[in-house]
Amino acid sequence: MTFPVAVLELYPLFRWLSGVLESFGFSANTVLIISYAVLGVIMFSALSIIALFLVWWERKIAAHMQQRFGPMRHGWHGWYQTIMDAIKLLQKEDVRVASRDKIVYFWAPVICFVAAYLAYIVMPWGKNLIVADFNIGILYIMAVTTFTVIALLMAGWGSNNKYALLGGMRSAAQVVSYEIPMVASILTVILFVGSMSMVDIVTSQSGWIFNWFIFKLPFGPIAFVTYLIAATAEANRTPFDIPEAEQELVAGFNIEYSGMKFAMFFLAEFINMFTVSALAATLFLGGWNGWSFIPSWAWFLMKTFGVVFLMMLIRWTYPRLRVDQLMEFAWKFLVPVTFANLILAAVIKYAGWHW
Amino acid sequence: MSEYLSILIFILIGTGIVLFTFLLSRLIRPHNPYHAKNLNYECAEEPVGNSWFQFNNRFYIFALIFVIFDVEVIFLFPWAVAFGQLGLFALVEMVIFILILFFGIFYAWKKGALKWV
Repeated sequence: MTFPVAVLELYPLFRWLSGVLESFGFSANTVLIISYAVLGVIMFSALSIIALFLVWWERKIAAHMQQRFGPMRHGWHGWYQTIMDAIKLLQKEDVRVASRDKIVYFWAPVICFVAAYLAYIVMPWGKNLIVADFNIGILYIMAVTTFTVIALLMAGWGSNNKYALLGGMRSAAQVVSYEIPMVASILTVILFVGSMSMVDIVTSQSGWIFNWFIFKLPFGPIAFVTYLIAATAEANRTPFDIPEAEQELVAGFNIEYSGMKFAMFFLAEFINMFTVSALAATLFLGGWNGWSFIPSWAWFLMKTFGVVFLMMLIRWTYPRLRVDQLMEFAWKFLVPVTFANLILAAVIKYAGWHW
Repeated sequence: MSEYLSILIFILIGTGIVLFTFLLSRLIRPHNPYHAKNLNYECAEEPVGNSWFQFNNRFYIFALIFVIFDVEVIFLFPWAVAFGQLGLFALVEMVIFILILFFGIFYAWKKGALKWV
């Protein structure tokens, strides 16, 4: 009986589960499928809790940066405000445009959420705490998260609304443009690891803090900063949030969505933000490596929330870019810089001028 | 190979959970559509025409440049993984490859294709 790797950490639960299932006479393959399904549900619950927390955190940070209090009514400093918001959205009427494209309109939030959720198959939450360790891990994450673009285009096209279409188109152009510098920054890491597996990337940064790739890579800080800029754009967050610019496009691609469908877009947006932050922590900040008296998953969460906090500070500090500035920044600045960085890293790796 | 089974199962679980929440909300939400409510939102104006029309071809040009660079990046992934064993030849080859593509982007830049009017 081979288990998914994650089972090593959650072992007692899965031994109990597989014992129960095998006593019912299920085959080993069925037990494997069911354990993957249970992991999927666990992952969904964890991501929902994280997204609910992030929404509350974002509102509190925004409020305190603007000398307000933010949500204060529900619990201590409004800690369960977002849960109440979710319950409210669940009861909202689903106002649908009469002239929509029915299939495209319906499946857009589903694809948006599933694309964000699939990235967590290969996310290393901690030592041995990963659902499946593909040998193409990072490439898989890049491929899967890009499906968000298709969902946003579908939402824009399907709702037959000019604002929504403009938002979807802008979002596609933006995500597609910032994909290139993001991947080029990640390639410098892959160059030094020699593997695309997420577990290999993390284990090659074990040891002292100077083994983290932000310090270990030649020009590591440049790779980290370009990655962070591109990731902020990928997650459609404020200096780069022209797809949903409230003042010009009302709400962008999700303008015609309400109730649970809107909630799915919102959830996917925050999960995406967590994904890019977790990738930044995994690729550049050592992942779950750290002093062993703190559990590895706590290190992962601390580093990821640190990057998330940085992204929130950026969001509430800088004004939004114009659409032409945005595209020209991607193609005329970020792409040359990241590729020059990649070539330099390759030369330095070949010459051996690194530790 | 059984690892990749997890993708299929996660797709099914994710889709299932989302559809389940839609169903849950369908059971408890009010449902009262009428003509004015189901119109497109255009800041309280009557919507004019359909929004499925020809779009600015700027987006198309950027998509075209993106496709070229995305293919380049796909070539770079195996190169980066195997770089440790390949040595000088791979380094020179890839520098030439990237430079050729940068001639392309420089040409597009001079032609004004990267300008967003």
